[in-house]
Amino acid sequence: MSFVRRAYAISIVPIIAIFLALLLGSVLIIISSVIQGKLNFALPLVAYESLFQGATGISFLDVKGQTITFAFTFDPERSYRALSATMQAAAPLVLTGLAVGVGFKGGLFNIGGTGQVLVGGFTAALVGAAVATQPAPIAITIAVAAGALGGALYGFIPGALKAFTGAHEVVVTIMLNSLAAFVIVGLVNDIFKITGPTFARTADVGNATLPVILGRDGSLGILIALVCVPIAYVLIYRTTLGFEIRTVGENPSAARYAGMSPRSLIILTMSLCGLFAGLAGAIVILGQGYYPAVFGTTIGFTGITVALLGRAHPVGILLAALLLGGMEAGAPAMQITAKVPAEIIGVIQGLILLFLAAEVLIRSTFRIRAGRDTPTAAELTTVSASYGSGQA
Amino acid sequence: MTQTVSAPALEMRGITKRYPGVVANDGIDLEIRPGEIHALLGENGAGKSTLMNILYGLATPDEGEILLDGTAVTIKGPSDAIARGISMVHQHFMLVPVLSVADNILLGEETMANPIFLDQKEARRRIVELGNRFGFEIDPDAKVETLSVGWQQRVEILKALYREARILVLDEPTAVLTPQETEEIFAVLKRLAAEGHSIIFISHKLYEVLEIADRITVIRRGKVVGQRLPAETDEDDLAALMVGRNVQLVVDRGESHPQGPELTVQDLRVLDDRGNEAVKGLTFDVRAGEILGIAGVAGNGQDELVEALTGLRKPTSGRVALGGTDVTGVGPRALQNAGMSFVPGDRHRFGLVLTFPLEDNLVLTQYDEKPYARGPFRNDGAIRDWAARAIQEYDIRTPSANVTAGTLSGGNQQKAIVAREFSRDLRALVLDQPTRGLDVGSIEFIHRRVIAKRDAGAAILLVSAELDEVMELSDRIAVMYRGEIVALLDGPTAEREEVGLLMATGRRDAEALAAAATSMTAAAEIGAKPVESVAATVATETPAAGGGPAEAAPENESAPSAAEGVAPPASDDAPEREDAE
Repeated sequence: MSFVRRAYAISIVPIIAIFLALLLGSVLIIISSVIQGKLNFALPLVAYESLFQGATGISFLDVKGQTITFAFTFDPERSYRALSATMQAAAPLVLTGLAVGVGFKGGLFNIGGTGQVLVGGFTAALVGAAVATQPAPIAITIAVAAGALGGALYGFIPGALKAFTGAHEVVVTIMLNSLAAFVIVGLVNDIFKITGPTFARTADVGNATLPVILGRDGSLGILIALVCVPIAYVLIYRTTLGFEIRTVGENPSAARYAGMSPRSLIILTMSLCGLFAGLAGAIVILGQGYYPAVFGTTIGFTGITVALLGRAHPVGILLAALLLGGMEAGAPAMQITAKVPAEIIGVIQGLILLFLAAEVLIRSTFRIRAGRDTPTAAELTTVSASYGSGQA
Repeated sequence: MTQTVSAPALEMRGITKRYPGVVANDGIDLEIRPGEIHALLGENGAGKSTLMNILYGLATPDEGEILLDGTAVTIKGPSDAIARGISMVHQHFMLVPVLSVADNILLGEETMANPIFLDQKEARRRIVELGNRFGFEIDPDAKVETLSVGWQQRVEILKALYREARILVLDEPTAVLTPQETEEIFAVLKRLAAEGHSIIFISHKLYEVLEIADRITVIRRGKVVGQRLPAETDEDDLAALMVGRNVQLVVDRGESHPQGPELTVQDLRVLDDRGNEAVKGLTFDVRAGEILGIAGVAGNGQDELVEALTGLRKPTSGRVALGGTDVTGVGPRALQNAGMSFVPGDRHRFGLVLTFPLEDNLVLTQYDEKPYARGPFRNDGAIRDWAARAIQEYDIRTPSANVTAGTLSGGNQQKAIVAREFSRDLRALVLDQPTRGLDVGSIEFIHRRVIAKRDAGAAILLVSAELDEVMELSDRIAVMYRGEIVALLDGPTAEREEVGLLMATGRRDAEALAAAATSMTAAAEIGAKPVESVAATVATETPAAGGGPAEAAPENESAPSAAEGVAPPASDDAPEREDAE
């Protein structure tokens, strides 16, 4: 009973945020129907249904021209394929979500997911290429570990800067994002470019390529991401280290009084954030087998939405990542069936983030009492405090 | 003060307010007459704040009615309350520090010259006039952040008067004031009452209530349990009413049996945040089985001393040893391991993580020790067991061990900290303001525990701004003045007046007595970070404020008040969270 109440208290705002985003998205879809020649008020329904179908394989509408009838169809084969695509898209989001969520727990706002993903992916690509001829299990382990380590090192930098100089992690990680992007593009275009392909990329990682374990392209990365969820949970809630991280996040003065070292914990937390983001980069890159010079990934930033939507809780992050991953996996189907541009998904994700950030507004509009133990108070404070009142 | 019986300015009849699981107000009747200072007395969580929130329109009563001048009204919200002449002065000031006094007062009640621009000139004129009328000269252009807390309080009162409040609610107004400031505010309040304003004065400091109130209403567990006139009651009577049983206001400390020195401090020097030497070469020791009390006006280096002793601040020189081991400059963890426990003065900042469950807070300093940790993992079972035991043993009143510490009342929060720190295997114990802002029941409880710990052989250093507390508990008293110990007295035989004088002047000779009459204000203001010019104004203005025949001879009054006063605290609140939503 109290579990249900707690679950409700935690998830009601994210659910409203998703609902509002879909509602506003449907207005945009109706407007976009003008492209098809004629204002079509049924289009949002058709579009969301095809999105859902693309993500899960389950269909509940039959569209023939202008007539739409409800018809539930479930094909296990199709669902398996769709769901594995969803999980494939969700896996890196789980990891980048953790990269932001763990930071929230420690009172840090890691916007550096993008940079950490790039560095992690790039390190994994280089090390993977170096061990390309080793037996697969060894090659994969080494390459994945290298990616995680690369990301962790890239998280260590803003952590150390914050701990020793008070430099705010938001500013530093934003700058480090650009730094990583440009330096790596330069390196791939120059030093690490291989001859052969028509575009600049690094060498094949060979045996370090992650095998497909699910559906058409669901790689081993899914398993890696799934394993990280309980690990993160245990780390944060069941270990003394996690208690220290959370204490520093909630009240650094009390942490100091209790004999903890906020300084080293800040560095450790940021490194941990980087580690998860680096893993995300590693599974993406090792999934495709090389690092392309043009690697414009948004998973680092989407991780912020995932973490906020998932209330910085590992299980919440998993669910949020599945939702956003499903949207990405289903978008092509939506574009083909409903002729609604896939970009609308980005808009909806942005709207979700917007409504989550406007939590106070949502609560007052829908008259939801802020629960005393709604675990997001601290997270949201971290977000808002990141602008303005940097408490170094 | 004689009170002519007249129609009540405010009447609250049968007010009942239920929150899930608690009846915060249970049929409360309250009647406030015009020109009356009416004290509302009750323990933390008794329902005072709920009642006032109802009056202020922040909460709606489930039952009952509110009458203003005999007419039933519904108060829809704070702005409605203000429009009806009810104003609240909060314990934590709602002022914008970077704005001027005038700007703060105008905020929300703008005096307009025309639809676009403020009439600053008129506003200033009214502020100065109001200030003069009630006996304090205020500079409307002074920035609020530069004012001492006492003056900030006056700005809050002025804000209420500017809105033409007839009924003022003051929620523990003296909690953050020095004794001198308290006296001054009392003078202002008496003046207000004389002009016909009604004042509801919320406090749990019994002697203050006896001093200022015309009538006293005592609330316990949401019900009115009694009403008293100050002349017909005393502190013991009020305390018993408040708590519901006889309370020992002064616990029997018994005899101490000190052993050898446990905590020794030699020539300790510590800098404050601004780089000034706040602790100037202190040398003392605390013996096992004794309580050494540090008395002093806040801001005389006690904070820095405590922080240096507990590892939160590095001393610049000197030596600290615990049980013979040198622990100079080591961090909190190492000190804890050496057997030092610390009850911090600011429990919200240091003592607790308010957003964590009570059970986590009960292991905040032991979370990584056996049995609460098993290797790198938390042992939740052991933590839960201990929490259940602590709640029982230390009488922490809480719905469960899982509620966040922030939802507990101040007394229960402090008991949780005491439970945690006293349960350690310890050699020395540093207590910083152990009962600040607590009600009498909790104070009694904690004092008993402190004595018990002493008798168990701990070396206890007690730092408190409450002179009474230092006098009651200490076996020896060290008086700190401007970073130095100016006297070391035997606790049981020390005279209150002597200690007060030492605290205020750093001297105890005849000269000091003479100096006390004139330099009082300056001495008391050391800790309050005042604007010098304003402080000077206070000194000259205060006597004028208490101008009535009852307060004659202000010069005579200032000396004893200084000597006895220099006590009460800068407090913190006791969050009655049921109201906070």
